[in-house]
Amino acid sequence: MSIILSINHQQSSHCETGVVATLLQSKGIAMTEPMAFGLASALTFAYLPFVKISGMPLIAYRMPPKTIIKKVCKKLNINLETRKFSNPDAGMQALDDELSKGNLVGLQSSVYWLPYFPEDMRFHFNAHNLVVYGKNDNDEYLISDPVFEHPVTCRAQDLKNARFAKGALAAKGLMYVIRDVPENVNIAPIIKPAIKKTAKMMNGLILPYFGLKGIKHMANKIRALEGKPAKYTRLYLAHIVRMQEEIGTGGAGFRFMYASFLEQASKQTNTPLLLECAQHTTVVGDLWREFAMQAVKYCKKRSDVSLNDIALTLEHVAEQEAKLSQLLIKATK
Amino acid sequence: MKKQHVPQDNSKSYQGQNKLLYAVDDNGHYEGVKSSGWEVESFATQLAVDDLNEQTEYALQQAHAGEVSPLAYHMLARRFDIASLSAATGFFQWQIKRHLRIAIFNKLNDKQLHRYCDTLKISRETLLSLPSQ
Repeated sequence: MSIILSINHQQSSHCETGVVATLLQSKGIAMTEPMAFGLASALTFAYLPFVKISGMPLIAYRMPPKTIIKKVCKKLNINLETRKFSNPDAGMQALDDELSKGNLVGLQSSVYWLPYFPEDMRFHFNAHNLVVYGKNDNDEYLISDPVFEHPVTCRAQDLKNARFAKGALAAKGLMYVIRDVPENVNIAPIIKPAIKKTAKMMNGLILPYFGLKGIKHMANKIRALEGKPAKYTRLYLAHIVRMQEEIGTGGAGFRFMYASFLEQASKQTNTPLLLECAQHTTVVGDLWREFAMQAVKYCKKRSDVSLNDIALTLEHVAEQEAKLSQLLIKATK
Repeated sequence: MKKQHVPQDNSKSYQGQNKLLYAVDDNGHYEGVKSSGWEVESFATQLAVDDLNEQTEYALQQAHAGEVSPLAYHMLARRFDIASLSAATGFFQWQIKRHLRIAIFNKLNDKQLHRYCDTLKISRETLLSLPSQ
């Protein structure tokens, strides 16, 4: 079978927000990637020592996978059908069936088993998102993967492996299709409550691993590296930088994307104060990048940066995030 | 970050791809800007990738020397560690640690071997053998 559905592929910073924007736009809703991110109150910080990625703690700058698509659809009253499969062949058949009905299909998948990813970026992360928009005669699926510049193709067997990879965050073949969309979608009224929620979340939950407390906790962890083996220290710092900057975050742990959202939010709600918030978010994002630069300088041993210097920069980031939280609360009153 | 400050460092790990960042233009507006890489990020990536390759190479040497089972090499070659392989195969971590010993690996039955082959997407012959050094 050969099917090509019409799709407007656009490169995004992040997979899940990109998929949401693409799917909603295909239904005629003016949704941008940063807007999807902001509406889902997805910005956060979490340092999770008990979730290990190659022996290192999980550091997250966004809410857990699937939060964005679920929240955006719920808030906008969009009927999203999600399905998981215990049988991989049934999962592939269901995908083909949806395509032949003319529906774009969102999929959750592993990064490692998608051959079109650059070799050095392939690791066992099971919560990547992409949109399938067709299939060609060579048994290859046509894929709009939001973090790539152009649409890609993927052999059926590879896509099956990627959808049904087991392990942490296993997708179990998760696929989602938008069924119904309300006639009038009004985004403006839900913007401010979403921002307020982010502002509150940044102040942290009870545990020391989230929000501002989490950032300070990570600063202390960096100080505690003093005296640890040099190799471990370098790998630990490199790990933080990768979590913050590597594929899928859009840089600075999503802070720039959030700033872009605030700019759009300011316009849509006619709130000049939110533009000020956007500018301050840019400052915060720049600080995160400076922190990454310092950490890498330390790894290269090319300058006199100390672990304490890096921790101090991070604490400065935390102070500025605290200020941002206050600004956001003020702007949404 | 200003648009003109978006790094264009042609990172090797991007393999010629670009990624999208949001940056501020001259009028203070945000827009998506393509970046061919950032030296800081690619250094961190490279450090981690080099470490993995080193571990894999070392496991291959050890396996050739008969100190560990071929599973030690195949696990790392597919970018798994004991924790992630445990999550993906359903074996406990202590079981996998035992399977890294040759004497115990050699006694694994077909069903157990199949679980590894299925997760690592390699044939039984490959799992039981090693590439030359």
